[in-house]
Amino acid sequence: MTSQREGSPFAGLSTIALKEAADHMNSIRIHLVMLLVLLTAIGSVYGAIGQIKATVSEDQFLFLRLFTTAQQPLPSFVSFLGFLVPLVAIALGFDAINGEYSRRTLSRILSQPIYRDALLTGKFLGGLLVIAICLLDLWLLVTGLGILVLGLPPSGEEIARGLAFLFASFVYSGVWLAVALAFSTIVKSPATSALCALTAWLLFTVFWPMLAPLIAGAVAPIDPLDPMTAVHQIDIQQALARISPNTLYGEATLALLNPATRSLGLLFTDQLSGAMMGAPLPFSLSVALIWPQLAGMIAALLVLFTIAYVSFQRQEIRA
Amino acid sequence: MSPVIEARGLVKRYGRLPAVDGIDLTVEKGEVFGLLGPNGSGKTTTILLLLGLTEPTAGSIRVLGLDPLRQPLQVKQRVGYLPDQIGFYDHLTALENLAYTARLAGLPSDEANKRIVGAMERVRLADVANRRVATFSRGMRQRLGLAEVLVKQAEIAILDEPTSGLDPQSTQELLELIRELASEGVTFVLSSHLLAMMQTICSRVALFRKGSIGLIGQVENLTSDVLGGSHMVEVEFENADLVKVLAGAPHVSGLTPLGTGRWRVDADADVRTDIARRIVGAGGALRSMTIRQATLDEVYVRFFEGENHDVAA
Repeated sequence: MTSQREGSPFAGLSTIALKEAADHMNSIRIHLVMLLVLLTAIGSVYGAIGQIKATVSEDQFLFLRLFTTAQQPLPSFVSFLGFLVPLVAIALGFDAINGEYSRRTLSRILSQPIYRDALLTGKFLGGLLVIAICLLDLWLLVTGLGILVLGLPPSGEEIARGLAFLFASFVYSGVWLAVALAFSTIVKSPATSALCALTAWLLFTVFWPMLAPLIAGAVAPIDPLDPMTAVHQIDIQQALARISPNTLYGEATLALLNPATRSLGLLFTDQLSGAMMGAPLPFSLSVALIWPQLAGMIAALLVLFTIAYVSFQRQEIRA
Repeated sequence: MSPVIEARGLVKRYGRLPAVDGIDLTVEKGEVFGLLGPNGSGKTTTILLLLGLTEPTAGSIRVLGLDPLRQPLQVKQRVGYLPDQIGFYDHLTALENLAYTARLAGLPSDEANKRIVGAMERVRLADVANRRVATFSRGMRQRLGLAEVLVKQAEIAILDEPTSGLDPQSTQELLELIRELASEGVTFVLSSHLLAMMQTICSRVALFRKGSIGLIGQVENLTSDVLGGSHMVEVEFENADLVKVLAGAPHVSGLTPLGTGRWRVDADADVRTDIARRIVGAGGALRSMTIRQATLDEVYVRFFEGENHDVAA
């Protein structure tokens, strides 16, 4: 039995999103995760500043190096962010829907004049809003630290690249928030859904970079007599690695924050003929370079959100 | 009176299993209507269908003249729901919880605040309005749930097991509030296993069995239909044959031996005087006689006799 529903599916959306954002902002869980991110970010930027002062004499994009320079044993700010931002997103979303079941608030909320669409989307947008605020704060903090310590204001292009990096980070966080939301919809227990999301995080950030070459080696072994088989294997390895949002984010930030990056895949020497090695790409070309990565992350976000949406719409509301 | 809820041939199946199987139901405005039945008999599914929270497999429903499937927002705007084991956001205060649902209901802020203050006073939670709900007892949560229905100014309030887990005093307070609201024209649909309570508050009840309604009507009528009478007279006597004595007696519908010289007489009126006169007239010696009205518990037990299920308390 099907019929057309009357009324907007987004009635109550802003109320839910703002309430969710306020809840997150006040929750100890998020305070703790953000403290972790903040401390590591400050540590890595502090290390980067020391490294920059010691080794770099002249650089057109000195400011961007704040994000990418690592000083042993600390990784760069970007690496830290790529590793820890998913944790923030998972902390925001792992109990979005099943938490409502376990608190027994779901049927009461859905008996208000709203559709399920508004509840799910509101929770997602509320989480995204918190992530956006946190990332913007971090970005401003790093930028402010850079200006204070290096004594150099960022150039217009550096700000544009920084903002693009901020957007890429936002989309990357959105993917992980959608992962957590999907698990919170499919898995009934919040603890189990947190575990599932963390397993996915570990798989894609830690194990996938190790697994991709192994799988590529098995799928496309190298023939010593045919050099193109090595190229084929690398292509497959790269394609497999790009299943991980972590890889896509890493490539996107590399091209945005290191303007000398001219390609994110294999390059043959004949393809470089005429190119000025080390010359920076214009910002627009860097954006064009990372467009597939960005589109891939947005597509992953949409697919995951759709999975959560379909799963939630098909559930019986009894709690 | 006009019907505010009408269901015709309502069916809800999960796979092949029918949770609700061909229900016909009409609830009039201002009624307190009870849904009774063992666990899994289809009461909660019927409630969810009325609210448009689940889709019927077949049949039609009209709530306040609206189709809950096509017009769920309009239905939910006018219908309040207090689920079984109601949950609130424990980290928010009672006021904040109500303010949130008032915003979801689309109430303007000023109007919402006014209604919330009034509702909190009415359910006697005004003193603790700014306390976190985490500190609330079960009874306070139920009253807060009812406050939510008041804030919405619902025309129909659907309460699923509203007194489950409440102490006797909280139960009485809640029932009193329901009576007050019903007298103001709010229609109530109550689902509960507490049959004695349902008997005191419901104008009509429906007994659910395996997804369908086995019996529906006023409690007095149901006792007559199921037990054969709304009055039960227990009589103890000597030296008389009650079967002969009461043969052809008006209003008497049944005789049940309870022991030597003790019988239960089922009747649809108070027949004590007639019984006493007939026993004494037949030369018998009347030792004692007590009367009580049939309870919903007895109707329930008789109706579900022999079935294997969770029988209500």
